Amino acid sequence: MKIILKNVDIIHPEDIVNLKGTSVLVDNGIISKIGELNQAEIRGAKEFDFSGKILVPGLFDMHVHLREPGREDEETVLTGCNSAAAGGFTGVACMPNTEPDIDTAEVVKFIKEQAANHLVDVYPVAAASLGRKGEIISPMAELVEAGAVAFSDDGVAIRTSAVLRRAFEYANMYNTPIIEHCEDESLADGAMNEGVNSTLLGLPALASVAEDIIVSRDILMAEYTGGRIHIAHISTKNSVNLVRDAKKKGIKVTAEVTPHHFTLTDDAVKSYDTNFKMNPPLRTQDDIIAIIKGIKDGTIDCIASDHAPHSIEEKETEFQFAPNGIVGLETIVGLSSTELLHKNKISIEELVNKLSINPRRILNIPIPKFEVGAVANFTIIDPDLVWTVDVSKFKSKSKNSPFDKRLLTGKAIAVINRKKMYADNQWIDLVSA
Amino acid sequence: MALSSRHLLGLQGVPKEDIQTILDTANTFREILERPIKKVPTLQGKTVVNLFYESSTRTRISFELAEKRLSADAINFSISGSSVSKGETFKDTMKNIEAMKVDMVVVRHSAAGTPLYLTKICNSNIINAGDGTHEHPTQALLDMYSIRQKIGRLEGLKICIVGDIAHSRVALSNIFGLKTMGVKVSVCGPSTMIPRDIKDLGVDVIYDIDEAIQENDVLNVLRIQLERKAREYFPSIREYAKYFGITQERLDKIGKDILILHPGPINRGVELSSEVADGSSQIILYQVTNGVAIRMAVLYLLGTLN
Ligand SMILES: [Zn+2]
Repeated sequence: MKIILKNVDIIHPEDIVNLKGTSVLVDNGIISKIGELNQAEIRGAKEFDFSGKILVPGLFDMHVHLREPGREDEETVLTGCNSAAAGGFTGVACMPNTEPDIDTAEVVKFIKEQAANHLVDVYPVAAASLGRKGEIISPMAELVEAGAVAFSDDGVAIRTSAVLRRAFEYANMYNTPIIEHCEDESLADGAMNEGVNSTLLGLPALASVAEDIIVSRDILMAEYTGGRIHIAHISTKNSVNLVRDAKKKGIKVTAEVTPHHFTLTDDAVKSYDTNFKMNPPLRTQDDIIAIIKGIKDGTIDCIASDHAPHSIEEKETEFQFAPNGIVGLETIVGLSSTELLHKNKISIEELVNKLSINPRRILNIPIPKFEVGAVANFTIIDPDLVWTVDVSKFKSKSKNSPFDKRLLTGKAIAVINRKKMYADNQWIDLVSA
Repeated sequence: MALSSRHLLGLQGVPKEDIQTILDTANTFREILERPIKKVPTLQGKTVVNLFYESSTRTRISFELAEKRLSADAINFSISGSSVSKGETFKDTMKNIEAMKVDMVVVRHSAAGTPLYLTKICNSNIINAGDGTHEHPTQALLDMYSIRQKIGRLEGLKICIVGDIAHSRVALSNIFGLKTMGVKVSVCGPSTMIPRDIKDLGVDVIYDIDEAIQENDVLNVLRIQLERKAREYFPSIREYAKYFGITQERLDKIGKDILILHPGPINRGVELSSEVADGSSQIILYQVTNGVAIRMAVLYLLGTLN
């Protein structure tokens, strides 16, 4: 099957392609031509008019929780991939806090099998320690061989410095990064950011210094071992500054931020609405300013959703007893576009770097090429589309989003990968006759 | 004479006029409580549910008594012997209770924000009887009422709240209410028990109990929790008693009268020495009686609003 993506603007920061109003011919899922097409090439092709839209290398979310195996009532690999495609992503890395944890090759393979026929590439992040208990490092060689792209005890930080050191040293043999959820366990007993709002609301509080302490520890250990550390969902001003300084010193550190951490502050918790409960918690305006600065100057490499589906029953409870996290895959592009692109914080090229190129580079995943003969791996974005978030339309199995009814500008409208296309709520098989 | 809200969730943001109305109304009921027949028909036909997810005999009895003295039908629903243990969700429980045609719900819960949540899922008037470490408005109101009775006013007074401020709903409600009423509020206790950002609430922090006694007209002394979890915040009970406990010796040094309140029950020899506890026992028991009057006032004002 031939398809033509007409009148589209192409942006590929890595291949330094920057073409306006051109056409792309995709034949059986493979890029066949970029540029003006002749009559013979057009014949028999299904045409998509993408005037005013941007075609970029397929977006990649390096921090999602797909809940399978274990909590299939909240999300499965399949529904998570559907959510990813609807949100504009052609690849995701899924975190290991499933039941059982992703700490054996069998679970890695199981997850990859669930996604084998999907448009979205799924790359498991395996546990850094067995059962994420922070006692014994996981069988990293086997896990890498099975397809794991990074190691993390996400949900918690690697418990001790000794295990962290071994994890760095061992993972380094495979040039694989350690992804850390930075939170000092002994300071982690809280439900929201510590500050005047937690005092007013009478909620147990999480001090921002709990994050900064582990970021510091991890940076020092990365420097000492030569390992690669990736800071997940960075949320504090001090942590951003620590990462910036470490990068200047040449330490192998990268960082990601979630849209909610540059969009919302802990003021939102005043409603006691559990959709505003996440970990790290929503911080302050000061932190948002520091995060935006870090996004602009490259201290923060990626934007990741920390997609964390939860059942209604679990979320509809007292704030301090509710689980952490929000559904993120279907709002991340809209929020990034609204808060960063349209507020002139970063350019579209930088946005594509943070949502597509950098996460793949950190995880050693090949970056989609825009050349004839390459598999078409595209996201098509309408940067000016004004739309309202409606959680009832989410493809994710769960609906726990604090952004319901929010007006956003910018949306991914189509994705193409693995010889499949998803656009307008429809799946199109690009190899069928 | 009507309140500006149909719920009492806390004292944060409650206007001065409302607090004044509640205190003045309590005065009327305080007189009724001195009569031989202490019952009035004001809330006849109204049903009030005391929804207690956390055991607190004193607060529940105080509310129950207030409800009965107003001739309301009072139903107690406590965590033991309820559907909570059967895994019924909080929301379902609430919906079930409301289906029984309830007019008001008095709620005590270990989680902050629960009373606010109740206002979103049901139509009854909600009265917060303590939510986590957030607010306990009727306790603060009865504290304010007691002070006003003893001293004659609130405005211009200097009042210090002593003890574990960080884990106290009584402290927070007192801070909000007293500040609204024009009181200069300070807190005193070990620094580990004082929220980092408390000054942003317009409250002074004192770490020296003698200074707190010297500088204030009233001390509202909180009960120190002696459970292990709370104990992580200070080195030992002995050290607490020595540096933050209020003794007769300390009171004698200042050569002026100071009013001491305590929400009870007292840990004798910890936050108050026995001598001080007995010396001020009159006000402490007086607070208990005032508690019924305040709760009658709140129930009456909310119950006759609709
Ligand atoms: Zn995490």
